[in-house]
Formats: sequence, C-alpha cells, structure tokens
Amino acid sequence: MTSRWAYGLFAIAVLGLLSTPLWGGNYVVRIAITIAMFSALSLSWNFIGGFTGYPSFATAAFFGLGCYAGALSQRAGIPMVVAWLIATLVAGAFAAALGAILLRLRGGYFAIGSIGIVEVIRLIISSWGSLTGGGDGLNVPFLTGGPDVVARTFLIAMAVIMLIVFAATVAIDRSRLGFGLRCIEQNEDAADMVGINTTAYKIAAFTLSALFCGTVGAAYASWAGYIDPTESFSILMSIKVVVMCLLGGAGTVFGPVVGAAAYSLLEEFFWANFLDYNRAILGAVIVILIYFLPGGLLQMRSRGLLARLRPSSQSKAPA
Amino acid sequence: MAYLQLVVNGIVLGALYACLAVGFSLVWGVLNVINVLHGSLVILGGYLTFFAWRGFGIHPALALPAVALLLFGIGYLIQYLFINPIVTAPVLTTLTLTFGLDLILYNFMTVYYTATPRRVILDFGTVELGSIIMPVDRLFAMGLALLMTGILYAVLRGSRIGRAIVAVRMDRDAAALMGIRVDRIYAITFAIGALMAGTAGVIFAVVYPITTNLTSTFLGKAFVICVIGGLGSVQGALVGGIVLGIVESLAGQLVGPQHALTVGFALMLALLVVKPGGLTGIRGYE
Repeated sequence: MTSRWAYGLFAIAVLGLLSTPLWGGNYVVRIAITIAMFSALSLSWNFIGGFTGYPSFATAAFFGLGCYAGALSQRAGIPMVVAWLIATLVAGAFAAALGAILLRLRGGYFAIGSIGIVEVIRLIISSWGSLTGGGDGLNVPFLTGGPDVVARTFLIAMAVIMLIVFAATVAIDRSRLGFGLRCIEQNEDAADMVGINTTAYKIAAFTLSALFCGTVGAAYASWAGYIDPTESFSILMSIKVVVMCLLGGAGTVFGPVVGAAAYSLLEEFFWANFLDYNRAILGAVIVILIYFLPGGLLQMRSRGLLARLRPSSQSKAPA
Repeated sequence: MAYLQLVVNGIVLGALYACLAVGFSLVWGVLNVINVLHGSLVILGGYLTFFAWRGFGIHPALALPAVALLLFGIGYLIQYLFINPIVTAPVLTTLTLTFGLDLILYNFMTVYYTATPRRVILDFGTVELGSIIMPVDRLFAMGLALLMTGILYAVLRGSRIGRAIVAVRMDRDAAALMGIRVDRIYAITFAIGALMAGTAGVIFAVVYPITTNLTSTFLGKAFVICVIGGLGSVQGALVGGIVLGIVESLAGQLVGPQHALTVGFALMLALLVVKPGGLTGIRGYE
C-alpha cells in the first residue's frame, strides 16, 4: 500500500468517525469517541514503546494525572480547554522529571518500574483526600446543552487531540529524532557510540508519550463528569493501550490507530455478546495476536504463520 | 514492646511473602519472562485447597503435595505449549502473552468459583511468648512456607536439575554447549515457579481469605519483593519477602494500613534507581 493511499484511507476513516452523529445514535457516537480517545493514547505510547522499544506501562499514570489535573483546574473555575492545556503540561513535566530517573533502567526492570509508578500515584491520589476527594472521587462540572451537544463536542475534541498526536507522529517519524529513537530501539549501546545523545532522546520520547495522555485524561474527565482513583489509574488500561499498538503494528505511523479501532470494536462486540467470558475472549485475542501477528495487522502475511508455532525453530535462536 | 510484636508479625508475613515471590523470581531470572500469571496461579492453589478441605475434609498439609504436583504439571504444559515458542522474544512480548493467558485463567476462575472470599479455618488457638502473641495457624503457615522455600533452595543447590537451572541462568549459550537441554530446563523452571505459586496459595488459604480479586495484589507484591531482594535467587526472595513483611507491618501501624502497600512500592522504586541488583546485591540479568 503506497503511503498516499494510506493517508487517503486514514482521512476517510476520520471523516467516518466525525460523521457518526449524523447517522448513528448516542451509542454509536460513544464508540466513536472511545476509538478516537484510545487512538490518541496508543499513538502516544508508540513514541516510547514503538519507536524507542521501551516497554512502558506508565500510560495509566499520565492519563490519571491528566484526569486529576484537568478536574481540579476546572473545579477551580478555569475554563475547560485551558484546564486541558494545564493537564497536558502537568503530565509532560512529570514524565520529563521521571524519565531522567526511570529511563536508566532497561527491559523488565523498566517495565516493573513503570507499573510501580502507576500504583504509587494511584495510592497517593487516593489517600490525599483533602485535595482529591480520596476514594470518593471528584465531580467535574458538566457541559450544558443536553446529551447530543455534549457527545458531539467531545467527539470533535477527542478527534482533534488524535489528529494532533498523529501529526506529531508523522513529523517525528521523518525527523532526526525519530531516526535516533529507532537506532536506540535496535541497539542502544551502538546508538550511543555513534553519537546519539540517548538520554536526551529517550527523555524526549517519554515526555511525548505522556503529554497527550494528559490531554486525553483531562478531556475524559470533562466528558465523564466523575473520576475516581481506581478507574483513572488502572494497569489494565495501560496494558490495553499496549495491546492496541501491538495489534496494529508498533513503531509504524498508522498501526496504533488501526489497532485502537480494531480492538475497541472487538471489545464492544464481546461485551455485548459474551458478558461472562469477555475477559477470556480478550485474553485469547492477545494470545492469537502474539503468535500470528507479531508485526501487527499492517504487516499481515499469510506465509510463515504456521512455522512460528513450531517451538524448535525459534527457541534455538541466540538470545 | 508493641513494636516487637509488629516486627514479629512482619517476619511471619515475610516468610509467606518469600514463598509467594520465589517462583516468580526464578522464572524472571532464568527465562527473562515476567510471568503475569503468577498471581492467578496462587489463587488457583488456594481454591484447590479450600475445596479439598470443604468438600472432602482434606487437611491443607495433606493437600499441599497434591496441589503442588498438579500446578507443576499445569506450569510445565503452559510453558511448553505457549511460552517456549516465543521465549527469546523481548520482555514486552512475553509479558503481554502471559497477561493474555492470565485473563483467560482469571475469567474461568471467577465464573466457576465466583469472587467470594474463602478461607480454610484451622483453629489451633494462640501462643504467648512474653508480650508477643501469635496465632498457631500463622506459625504453621510460616513453617510450611519456610519448609517449601528451603526445599527449593536444596534442590537448586544439590540436584543435577537444580545445577542445570542455575547454569542456564548464568549463561544460556554456555549451558547449551555443556549439553544442557535449555528448552527443557525452561519448562521445568516455569513448572517450579507454578508449583511455588500453588504452594503459596495453599499457605495463604490457611491464614487469609482468598478471592480472585487478590490476583493483582499478589502479583504486585511479587514485583516489589523481587526488586527489593534481588532477582532469580532464593536468598533474594527471602530477604525481599521479610523486608517487605516488616515494612508493611510497621507502615501499617505508623501511617495507617491503607498506606502499607504504597510504602512497599515507594521502597521498590527507590531501590530500582539506587540499587537495581536488590539488597542481596546479586546482579540481575536484563
């Protein structure tokens, strides 16, 4: 598929999402908002997880910080869109400070550290009751104008956020920064040797992966009208975003969007039809994904699928 | 004297934690796989014990060997069928895969057992030593936990299989050149990890109510213990477990029980940055 076709299809898909209020009910619009939201999160994760190859599970921490920064700003009387900008900066600044410490770790240690961050922030937020309402959560001022207007507003808002992250992805994919991040993904020590400032590049990628999660979190808080620590800082959500990105194709420009859309639709279908077993089906999707689509949906090839299942062919490869 | 009681409580809890984390630590150290299934395997062991006790009146100490063997078999199969084909893939791939398997296992346990908390009740009374009071069933649990962890240590130190596991952990390629069948060692190691998870489940069922909602709590504790103590060694898990037990016990008193886990995680993050090899200082493998 040439890239001009790909951009054309992407534009049609975005228009399709934006047109949902014209032909679908509020249920369809809600799914469209979810797809735009998770596309933005998945594109964000792609900076650190896809381009740079660091297994970060901190998405939920940035999203949750965005939720609370946005909600608290709005409760202080700051206009909604300004509150979202504040949340973006809070998440970005937090990631930049954290990255300097956490990005010294690699592989499994980095993964565990990022999970630890989500837990610690969740526990701090839920015990700092005087500011955050603790486990009771926070109410966020609702938009006026009835459910239809609210749904349309947030559909446009999430789609705009998604397009901004997408534009950032395209720009970085073609830039010196993107090239450097791919070098780090392949071999960090070698990248360091040839003169890439790996520390600065990694912190840049980590900060980028957090910025827009903050925006999405704040927008989600305004949309939902209520947030609590358990839902805002859920590890399950971090893992969902990672799976979406892997499903579409990590490190590609369109993969995260394709993965987020495919996953959200599948999840909606399983919830609606197999209530008791939706988690198990989700697990089966993940297992199938790992074996049969190691490069994601965008790199699907029928050749060699079965060969992957033979244990001997890969387990002898050097580590 | 109240602090002495807290420290003793912490040590008793820590022995249970060591048993909980040692299998997870071994799998991570030897296979370089972060086994997200671990928490669910603990709960599976706990449920099997509970239903053996409730349905057939089997004492947990008698159920323990059966549960351990069963989980060994389950672990061997999971590793051989699902994880072996991609064991050399990056951490992200294997972690995501075990997460997928965990969702499946968790879902079936929740549907068949429901999430109701259940506990085996063995009323042995309490013992008092000076000012320290301790329920006997907890001491019994601690004894079992230390016994099983000790057996694992002896197996790793003394048996041919144990030496082969340690060799693979040190250098997988060199081990393969020495004639060790690495893929089989991987399967056995994972099976031992599952066995220790099941054992921890049996022991926890005697002391605490078990429910599927606890799987992620147990998994989180295993992370913390591994990082505190150091990865892939029995000593590391023992040190990490006892440190976390004491820290949680004291933090529960000083800053309130709801913050006990926060303190554990904060300690983990601090150690990750300052001393990634853990307190025992045995270097981990990336």
